[in-house]
Amino acid sequence: MWTWFHKMASPPHFYRLAGIFGPWLLWPSLLLLAIGIYGGLVLAPPDYQQGEGFRIMYVHVPSAYLSTTIYAMMAVTSAIGLIWRIKLAHAVAASAAPIGASFTAVALVTGMLWGKPMWGTYWEWDPRLTSELILLFIYFGYMSLRASFEDISKADRASGLLAVIGVVNLPIIHYSVIWWSSLHQGPSIKKLGAPSISNDMLWPLLLLIGASTLFFGAMLLYRVRAEVLDREHNSRWVQDLFGETPGAG
Amino acid sequence: MNLSRFFIAIVRQELQVAFKRWGDLASPLMFFVLVASLFPLALSPKHEVLRNLGPAVLWIAALLATLLSLNALFRTDIEDGTMEQLVLSPYPLPLAILGKTVAHWLLNGLPLVVLAPVLAVTYYLPEDGVRALSLTLLLGTPTLSLLGAAGAALTAGVRQTGGLLALLVLPLMLPVLMFGARATDLAGAGEQITGPLYLLGALLLLSLSLLPLASAAAIRISLD
Repeated sequence: MWTWFHKMASPPHFYRLAGIFGPWLLWPSLLLLAIGIYGGLVLAPPDYQQGEGFRIMYVHVPSAYLSTTIYAMMAVTSAIGLIWRIKLAHAVAASAAPIGASFTAVALVTGMLWGKPMWGTYWEWDPRLTSELILLFIYFGYMSLRASFEDISKADRASGLLAVIGVVNLPIIHYSVIWWSSLHQGPSIKKLGAPSISNDMLWPLLLLIGASTLFFGAMLLYRVRAEVLDREHNSRWVQDLFGETPGAG
Repeated sequence: MNLSRFFIAIVRQELQVAFKRWGDLASPLMFFVLVASLFPLALSPKHEVLRNLGPAVLWIAALLATLLSLNALFRTDIEDGTMEQLVLSPYPLPLAILGKTVAHWLLNGLPLVVLAPVLAVTYYLPEDGVRALSLTLLLGTPTLSLLGAAGAALTAGVRQTGGLLALLVLPLMLPVLMFGARATDLAGAGEQITGPLYLLGALLLLSLSLLPLASAAAIRISLD
């Protein structure tokens, strides 16, 4: 019954599936991104306190959300790779890391651009900002550690272990605005209870969060396909796929 | 299999080997003193300036001195094959790693705790601040050793580490630095610091219970 699940660990099978699902994630995500951006930049009314400047939230919040979610996904995938020795899981984590680091950088930069008009300063060493910066360093550490090994399986396992150790930073980022009195505002979207943001500003935000997650999914599938080809370039199925013999091309 | 005897044997052996080479013991400590001396010379020897900077500078100097001493933590043992014997032995590897970490703290962290009050006086810290500095360092340096051991284990198999160990380990050490330095600052201003002390203790317990397991896994990875 679980054969379909177990087959996912096979590189050629995953390569094929990712090629099929990739466009199904990419094009809807682009459409939803366009709708969400239109809703956020044009349809949503200006904020009574912040004016038009609040619209950077529509880039900042999805990026920040993705930066932590991608790291959590990397930690889970790395743990799967370490426990069940599934190389493809490590390939997925390796492919996700640069995307996650980019979203973290975007979150930090858009936060800085938003902070200047709103708080009067580009940066403040408060818990939320600092722990997000630490997340960026952890991403860089993951990628550097991976790059410093020549043997791929050693690189996988060492960086996988680092990803699992670094996951302790995520609760700190998430709860930092609740535990400490931080300059960064508290959560506007709660799991229970009504959100503290008006509906016509909320729907583009939720749509953009969903759309960027789909976009990340599409990017991840394409990157994993490339990573799989790179790792398995000597294997038979890759050569059959591209009709090449070793040494040619 | 007497685990406590194994643990004590590991610690004793590390200490014996370390004491044969005094120079290696002294360099992180000298580094600590040197870094702490840089700030008054580079900035200003005025009492108010130094009193304000003191907690932060001393904590950062302790952090950097710990980082300096971490590179050699597992390297010699891996190079001469001792680590392989430990991995293959019937004793649990996390216990051996914990023994090495405890020895590292006794040789590097504890001297920092002893030396810091002396340097705190040169920074004109008030009495409460000096006491807080020693207490936070006492709680914090074991955590730094544990975190450093995990980082050293991860990078032990890498040829040229350069700044990689620092890049991996510093983000994880930041909470310890923050709570330690800020608690010392607060104590100097006359505030109660039971909160940060509890948090430092919690970080220590968390590291103590989980990091030796992670370090053992990392050593196994590095040795293959």
